[in-house]
This record gives sequence, C-alpha cells and structure tokens, in this order.
Amino acid sequence: MNTMADQLLVLCLLLNFAVLGTSRLAFSVRAVALQGVLLGVLPALVHPFSWHLVLIVVSIILAKGALIPILIMRAIRKAEIQREFEPFIGYIPSLVLGALFTSLAFIFAARLPLAPEHEGLLFVPASIATVMCGFLILMGRRKAISQVIGYLLMENGIFIFGLLLAEAMPVMVEAGALLDLLVGIFVMGIVINHISREFSTLDTSRLSTLREE
Amino acid sequence: MMWAIVLMPLLGALIAWLVPDNRRRSFVLPVFALLHLAMTVALLVDTPPPSPAGWIFLDPLGKLSLLSSSILFTVCASYAVGYLNYRRLRPNRILCMAFLVCLSAMTLVTISQHLGLLWIALEATTLTMAPLIYFNHNARSIEATWKYLLICSVGIAIALLGLFFLAYSTIVAKQDVTLLLGSLISDASRLHPGWRHAAFIFLLVGFGSKMGLAPLHTWKPDAYGEAPGLVGALLAGGLVNCALLALMRVYQIAAASTEGALFQEVLLGMGLVSMAFAAVFMARQSDFKRMLAYSSVEHVGIIAVALGLGKPALFGALLHMINNALTKGVLFLSSGNIHRAYNSKSTQYVRGALRRTPWSGALFLAAFLAITGSPPFGPFVSEFLIVSSAFVQGSYWSGGLFLLFLAMIFIGMASTVLPVVLGKMPKDMQKSPYRDTVHTVLPPLLLMGVILVLGVWIPEPLRVLLTEAADLLGGGK
Repeated sequence: MNTMADQLLVLCLLLNFAVLGTSRLAFSVRAVALQGVLLGVLPALVHPFSWHLVLIVVSIILAKGALIPILIMRAIRKAEIQREFEPFIGYIPSLVLGALFTSLAFIFAARLPLAPEHEGLLFVPASIATVMCGFLILMGRRKAISQVIGYLLMENGIFIFGLLLAEAMPVMVEAGALLDLLVGIFVMGIVINHISREFSTLDTSRLSTLREE
Repeated sequence: MMWAIVLMPLLGALIAWLVPDNRRRSFVLPVFALLHLAMTVALLVDTPPPSPAGWIFLDPLGKLSLLSSSILFTVCASYAVGYLNYRRLRPNRILCMAFLVCLSAMTLVTISQHLGLLWIALEATTLTMAPLIYFNHNARSIEATWKYLLICSVGIAIALLGLFFLAYSTIVAKQDVTLLLGSLISDASRLHPGWRHAAFIFLLVGFGSKMGLAPLHTWKPDAYGEAPGLVGALLAGGLVNCALLALMRVYQIAAASTEGALFQEVLLGMGLVSMAFAAVFMARQSDFKRMLAYSSVEHVGIIAVALGLGKPALFGALLHMINNALTKGVLFLSSGNIHRAYNSKSTQYVRGALRRTPWSGALFLAAFLAITGSPPFGPFVSEFLIVSSAFVQGSYWSGGLFLLFLAMIFIGMASTVLPVVLGKMPKDMQKSPYRDTVHTVLPPLLLMGVILVLGVWIPEPLRVLLTEAADLLGGGK
C-alpha cells in the first residue's frame, strides 16, 4: 500500500511541473484538479477504513476535483482568455526553480523526523515542494487566474500534509477548512470577473495605481 | 449562550438579506450590534464553564478581545445608519450581510479554544471583508481588494500549514494528536522540538501577514485607503485584534515551551521593523487614509514589541490592544466624514476641515493626539507602561529605538493631519451634500469619550481582567 501512496505522491510532484511549464490556463486547472483527486484517493491508501475516512475522501474529491475547477473554468470562459502572456518568471526558469525547490524540500524533510507509522513515505517533501511551486506561480505570473491557480496548488500542498493527520483531525475542522477554501475561490472568481470588466484585461500588473510615490 | 452569541449575528445577516428596502435595511446593523454588546456584557459578568469537549471557552484573553470588538462594532454599526443614508444610491445589502457575518466570525475567534476552529473563523473574517473593501466598485478599490484577498489568503494558508506542523509534533512525540489550546500548553515542552520550531515560524508568518506586521504589511495601505471609513475602522480595530489573538494563542504555547525566549526575540525584531517602516512611510504621505494604514502598522508593531519584551510589558500590551482598536475607530470614522465632505482624500485639496466639518475635524485632531500617545488619552498610558518596562528590564536599545520611532511618527503624522484639520480651506472646493449630523458624529464622539476615560482611570473589573489575561500570556503562573 505504501509504495502505491508514494507513487501517487510522485505523480503529484510531476503535476507541479506540468503547471509550472505551461501557459495554457485550462490545462493548468485540469492538472490541479487531477492533483486534487489524487489527494482524495491518498488517505484511503494509508489509513485503515472508517466512515470518517470515507467522508474525507468523498468531500475532497468533490471539492478539489469538481467544484473548484468548475468555478475557475467559468471565470476563464467569462473573461475570454486562454493563455498566460509574458509571465514575470519565464516557463523554463520556473521549471528550473521548481526543480530546485523540490530538491530543497527533500533536504528540509530529511531533517524532520516522521512518526513510525509514516516512516518511508514522501508526504512531507511532496507537501513542501507543492507549496513552494504554488508560491512560485503566485509570484511569477501576471494573470489573476494564474495567481488563483498558484494559490490552489499551494492549498493542495498543505492538504498533502494534512492527510497525515486525516484520522486524528476532527471532521468539523476539515469540513470547515474545505468550506473556507471553496468560498475563497468563489469570492476570487467574482473579483476576477470585476477586474476583467473594469480593466478589460486580467493582467494584474495593470493593478498598479496604488503605490507609494 | 455561547452558541447564541455566534449565531445571533447570522440571523441578523439573514434578516438584512430579506429586507428589500435599502434605507430600512441599515437599521438592522445597530439593532443586532446592541444585542451583541448586551450578550457580551452578560457573558463577561457570568462566564459559562467550558464546553464538554473543551472547544469553546471564554478565557480572559478572549474576553478582552470580545469586549473591544463588540464595542467597536456597535459604534461602527450606529455610524453606518448615517453613512449609508448619504450613499443611498449604492446598494448596501451585501455590506450589511458581510458586516454581520464578520461579527459572527470575530466572536467565534474570541471564544474558540481549539486552534483548528480558530483558524476557520479567522479565515471567514478574511473572506467577509473582501466585499466590504470593494464597496465603492471602482478600479482602485478592486485593485485593493485583489491585493488584500491574495496576500491574506496566502498568509492564512501558511498559518494552516503551521497548525498542521504543530499537530504533527504531538504525533511524533507519541501523544494523542490535538489542537486544543489547553493540552498543547500543558505538553508544550514535550512536543517534538524540530516540528514545533517549524510550526512557530509558519504561524508567525501567517498570522503576522494577517495582522500587517512589517514586512508582511503591503496590502494594508491599499485596503485601508480604498475601503469606506467604517470598513477601515472594523479592519484596523476588529480584524487586527482577531489576528493578534491568534498570535497570542501561539505565544501562550511558545511561552510554555523552551522556545519562548526565541519567539519573543523574533516578535521584538518584527515589531521594531514595523515601527521603522511606519515612521518612514508616514512622512510626506499625501493621502490621509493611507496614512492611517501606516499608523496601524505602527501600532501592531508596538504590541509586538511589548509581547517581545515579555512579562512586565504584557499588561501594557493588552491595554494597548484595546486602546488602539478604539482610537482607530474614531480616526477612521472621522476621516470618513472628512472624505465625504471634500470628496477627496488627498491632502492637497483637503484643508481646513475644522471649518468645513467642525465636529469631525475636531474628532480627527483629538484622535490623532490620542493615537500618537499624547496624554491624557488611553494610548499614552499603555505606551508609557511598555516603554518603562523596557527600561526597567534593561533593554535600553529597544526602549530607545521605540521612543525614537514614536517621535518620528508623531512628526510625520502631524505634518499630514495638522494641515488637513487646521489649514486654510481651498477656494475652488467641490460642493458636497455632507454636513456633520448626530448620526455620523455621535458614535465616534462617544468612543472618544471612552478613550479619554481609559486615559485617566481604568475601571477595577477591567484591571482585574487585564491582569488575569497578562498572567495567561506569561505562562499561566
């Protein structure tokens, strides 16, 4: 079972690179959604069966694999843009930095001990690497939608870590965190709509009226 | 009773949603705010025991935070009736609902003893503020909203990772996994040090960006500058206090573990950096609402410094938390009035507010004197307590820098505020229908009175509460 979980985690890491290297927004959303589904499957592999676990699996897959991608896809359609243009950090440098961050994540994780039941699993480095990649996209891209995708990638990374605690956390906390994430994406979607109406572009580097002289 | 105080504002939001009339809807706000204040006082007098699982309990720290938020909210809500009357054409359904939902989330932050629940509530306050900042629906306000939403969401996500680290450190230490404050504090020194260390850093960065500690404060000037005055008041007084409470929960755990000293040093450093940033950017600020944002950065810095100084300064830190929240309320509400009267917030046009709007101008001036720590107002007492404890402790460097920054900020802020209030009115002034009325002046005036009272006399129950809360922060002894 554990090798299976590790393989899925490696797949998550590869999906990070897929998002880092592409300019097509729809593709990025699908990659992040797939990552979300993998996140939903993972707890079923590492924890023994319980109804609590079933609830977690179903709600994560539903929220991260379906609802959130639908919300973002709708924003993309309404704003009528397909691609990221001229990012602050290019695609090749993004990939290189992503690889660097991933290896740093492995070094960082090696210094922190795991509980015996999680020994040998890649959860910690995968989580930190995904958070870092999300951060990279958040900072390196211009379009508001790309930034939301970066934020989602970051959230996925945090959830990977949360899966280690899936059994121990009370349902209410998990449900609340997922709900907050959903509402957050919903609000961001609305704001994106308003940005595109107001500026007729989603380029956040145009958002620069407010700065210190 | 505990659940009632959280659910009651949500009921208010529902009613605000159902009321079809723009004018009548705004009256929902003060009604529910007063109900909330009454319930808060009842809870302070007769505190119910902790809930069976220990998730919900109003401890002295929570009480202070709840009291200041509730007072501030009541003032803002009463002011809102007059303010929304001036802006009758702008639909206010979302504003009224978001205000009340935010009140509910703020209340939940103050009463939760479970860090996971606290996180959820804090994130909810972040989200409900977004539509409020965007109230004016123009290009500038959407830019501010986007920055705010992105930076705060990312910050709070990092805090979640920190919480997960903290929970995992209990697993590694072979204890029952928990995020209950009580058990985390009692087991703090037994948690795994590596994970605990990482958790503290992530939590500090996460809650610090929500609070607006430099260098994580970049969203603040935009959001405070573009939001309507009453939203700014709630951001600077209510939300800052919620994030501060979250940070103090982490502080409690750190103080009980071996890492307390390191955590304090980092806070001290960040606090001084925040004050330095504020001192630099406050000077020559041409937008008086943005200036208030830097003042907010300064004051979270002051509180961080006080927390960093440790035990003797904790009383001052908590008192300053209340003083700052209330004074920011007066500053933002009166500056909102001045903004309405001139239709501008640039210091080039806004001059002589004492002539144009005598009451608001005078309140703005008085609140400026209060916030910069002039006697006889409340912030003077708390800042004095903090500085004197720094010198008693022998931290001459931090104390000296603290005083230097305070002086720089006083001069910087005065150079903006004094022309706005006392200068000569411009001849080619735009016409504006705004006049000072009871609705828009009385709420901040009453609040100013409270600040004045706190400057000369701290009521005995409040003093007891402050002492108890400071003991909690200092490691529970």
